[in-house]
Amino acid sequence: MKKNLINFIVTLIIAVILSQFLPWWHVMAAGFISAVFFSLNRAAVFYIPFLAIFIYWTIYAFWLSQANDFILSKKIAVLLPLGGSWFVLLLVTGCIGGIAAGVAALLGKQCRNLVQR
Amino acid sequence: MKYFKFLLTLALTIVVFIGLNSKFGSTPPMGKFLSPNQGFWQNEQDENLSSTVQIDGLEDEVTVHYDEHLIPHVFAQNNTDLYRAQGFLTAKHRLWQLEFQTFAAGGRLAEIFGEQALDYDRQERRRGMDFGAENALQKMKEDPETLSYIEAYRDGVNSYINQLKPKDYPVEYKLLDYAPEPWTIKKTALLLMYMTKMLAGREADLEHTNALAKFGKERYDLLYPDFYNVNDPVIPKETDWSFIDIEMPEATENESSIDSISITETIDKPHAQNGSNNWAVSGEKSYSGHPILANDPHLGLNLPAIWFVMQLATPEHNSYGATLPGALGIISGYNNHISWGETNATRDVIDWYKIEFKDDTRKEYKHDGQWKKTTHRIEEIKIRNKETLYDTIIYTHHGPVTYDHNFKGDNAKSGYAMQWVGHIGGNNQRTFLKLNEGKNYDDYLDALKSYTAPAQNFVFASTEGDIALWIQGKFPNKWKGQGKFLLDGSNPKHDWQSFIPQEFNAHTKNPERGFVSSANQHPVDPSYPFYVYNDGYETYRNRVINDFFRAKDQFDIQDFKNLQNNNYNLKASELLPYIFDNMETSTLTNDETEILNTIKTWDFYSEIDQLAPSIWETWWTKLYKTVWDEFDADTMALEKPYTYQTIYMLKNHPKDELMDILSTPEKETAKDLFLITFKETAKELTEWRAEHGNYNWGVYKATFVGHLLQALPAFSRFDLHIGGDYNTVNAAAKNHGPSWRMIVEMTSPPTGYGIYPGGQSGNPGSKYYDNFIDRWAVGEYMDLLFMQSEQDTEQIIASQTLTPKQ
Repeated sequence: MKKNLINFIVTLIIAVILSQFLPWWHVMAAGFISAVFFSLNRAAVFYIPFLAIFIYWTIYAFWLSQANDFILSKKIAVLLPLGGSWFVLLLVTGCIGGIAAGVAALLGKQCRNLVQR
Repeated sequence: MKYFKFLLTLALTIVVFIGLNSKFGSTPPMGKFLSPNQGFWQNEQDENLSSTVQIDGLEDEVTVHYDEHLIPHVFAQNNTDLYRAQGFLTAKHRLWQLEFQTFAAGGRLAEIFGEQALDYDRQERRRGMDFGAENALQKMKEDPETLSYIEAYRDGVNSYINQLKPKDYPVEYKLLDYAPEPWTIKKTALLLMYMTKMLAGREADLEHTNALAKFGKERYDLLYPDFYNVNDPVIPKETDWSFIDIEMPEATENESSIDSISITETIDKPHAQNGSNNWAVSGEKSYSGHPILANDPHLGLNLPAIWFVMQLATPEHNSYGATLPGALGIISGYNNHISWGETNATRDVIDWYKIEFKDDTRKEYKHDGQWKKTTHRIEEIKIRNKETLYDTIIYTHHGPVTYDHNFKGDNAKSGYAMQWVGHIGGNNQRTFLKLNEGKNYDDYLDALKSYTAPAQNFVFASTEGDIALWIQGKFPNKWKGQGKFLLDGSNPKHDWQSFIPQEFNAHTKNPERGFVSSANQHPVDPSYPFYVYNDGYETYRNRVINDFFRAKDQFDIQDFKNLQNNNYNLKASELLPYIFDNMETSTLTNDETEILNTIKTWDFYSEIDQLAPSIWETWWTKLYKTVWDEFDADTMALEKPYTYQTIYMLKNHPKDELMDILSTPEKETAKDLFLITFKETAKELTEWRAEHGNYNWGVYKATFVGHLLQALPAFSRFDLHIGGDYNTVNAAAKNHGPSWRMIVEMTSPPTGYGIYPGGQSGNPGSKYYDNFIDRWAVGEYMDLLFMQSEQDTEQIIASQTLTPKQ
């Protein structure tokens, strides 16, 4: 449990820092790095970084859009199309970021396995 | 095993990365697009208005005050700073549109959209858009003043672009996954070329050539007369032309009969309803003793809107009005002394020449009994994700050979060349720069003199009390009939011999009737000595406008507003009574009779809460199509006769053979067509009502303002209730209409009112993106804030200072 928490926090911190320099795939880099150094087991390898990034992206996106009454997110939710719901769009955003981070974490875990033993 | 797992997760990671980083079809790259630190979420914000911005190259500080409509009021110390700031601010609020329009102008859309836009790009290159822009730029460079301002504008745009990070790009770039490129002075020329195409790019010479071949001269002249039997021209009929004393070009003696043309498809034409209204009344006809001027250009209804409203001031001049992103200065507006506005002058400034090449190499073509050299221009068309296409376009002294065996044609030894005033080039930017600084009639005239294209009816009013209207453009002086049909490219007598001297362009100053007006109708009556024929003139709005001003002695601002929003349907009023008198009604069902009674009691005002305008529009559309079914059935490229002549034919030649419907064995007359199309109309409207409810005109027409990306629904506004149709003074059609309504009273300083269907911001995430639209639809105006002093900041919501870079 403690390992999960550490990985979660580390993924989050690395993602926030890297987002200052890197484009969207900072979440993949964060997932990868934390998996290499703070290895988890089984499903947690994927879902802990997934959760960390899901929360990061949804909160950040929510913070940006609520300040503008969701004018644009409602329109993008028509375009994609998600029935015009900014809330669904927020969930989709979180999932996309989460999946990217989780998959990169799987790779990180395998890299660590390759180097060890 | 662990290697296998490693490879598997590596492959998965790569797939996810590529999958989220790439654009698939119209789906944006999802990772990039949804990422809150880089994607569209960053565009979810209002404009940043209050900070101080450093701009490279400014000489002095520039103050920008924003009013509650996000209209920037710019105060600079000199013109160079002013136009630099205009470039910067236009980019700040409209960057994507600013750039996109020049891509569309120059035929570069395949760079953004890939192969699907290739046909469009080739067509625009073959229209000579890039060629014309280069020639225009050459002319602008010859004037050091103009050059220095368009360079300042360029630098202003680039100062804005250079300080952007990818996360700051307008949302359309993120959606389409590309980035802005530096602005160049050529792009200003391209934008002006884009307007030239939009307004002076519509012609149908090849279609008319086919029609002449199909119908013979007598029938042709009946269907397409040079002048209609009614004509209330832009320049009053009573104008005395005796001051025009030059020799007219001689017509060719042996008018050889021309065959139909060998191509079946011609290049796209600009929208048929591009047009405008403008008018001005003199002090005597004004309630206050000050002249009043109005302008409303009718263009496609798009978001971001084609116009961006600004106030542009230096210590020497102070002007206000609508700007075109990409062009400098105010295009339709006013300053402390004069006001001006434009409508399209619609003249035949494009002609087509049949070209005969010596051989397949196409290095020589026949002209004046000799083989003359062609030039080859290679157009480089970049295509996204594909190899660049190089299209070689042959040029003769006429212009580009648009159609040849590589494009819509099939003969390697012949082609059709286009000659267009738009290709000649001209410093048309200067005209607007000078209008912005103008103080009186002479300044207005000086500003207009050098203007070449697109030809416009420039309306004018001054605080001194003058009103005027010049039809200004560069017009070839043609012999009677020249260029109405395909010309012989080898015959020097078919060349354009000369141009109409500028001082002989039709104009009127302070006419006795006390008003000037134009609405894309015939410029003159047949007494004007130069050859002018009907090239698609509007025949309804102008008569309503002129009758309005003849009807009483004095007019106030409310009269002007009422006229711009006038929905009187003169077209319907000229046909429906005839139909009611002549249509056989004995076979109508009860439901059909009810519909007929509804339209019979109509007062001919196309208001949103009426059923009759919906009946009329549906009926007329069907009737027009049915009358000219012969044209649709023909494989040749043809242009149907114009609306006015169609109604003339229905009323005066009801038994003409063209009234027959080809697909039926019976021989129909106009009377039969009325009934057949009425029954179809009743059926269609009844079905519509069953599905959607009552077909009130506002709901039924469902006007929309579409985003420039093919009316992308998420960024467009639908179902706007606005009266009128494209032939009423309030020319609001389904996706086309009054794009900037302006009224100016020439008090000192002038008092302006204006509105346009859009908003100042180009960002769909801004509340200023479309905030004028609802007010526009109901006919409201903004009281324009024409600031007389930089310090008078009472109605200002934010101020920004642009400072020179340290």
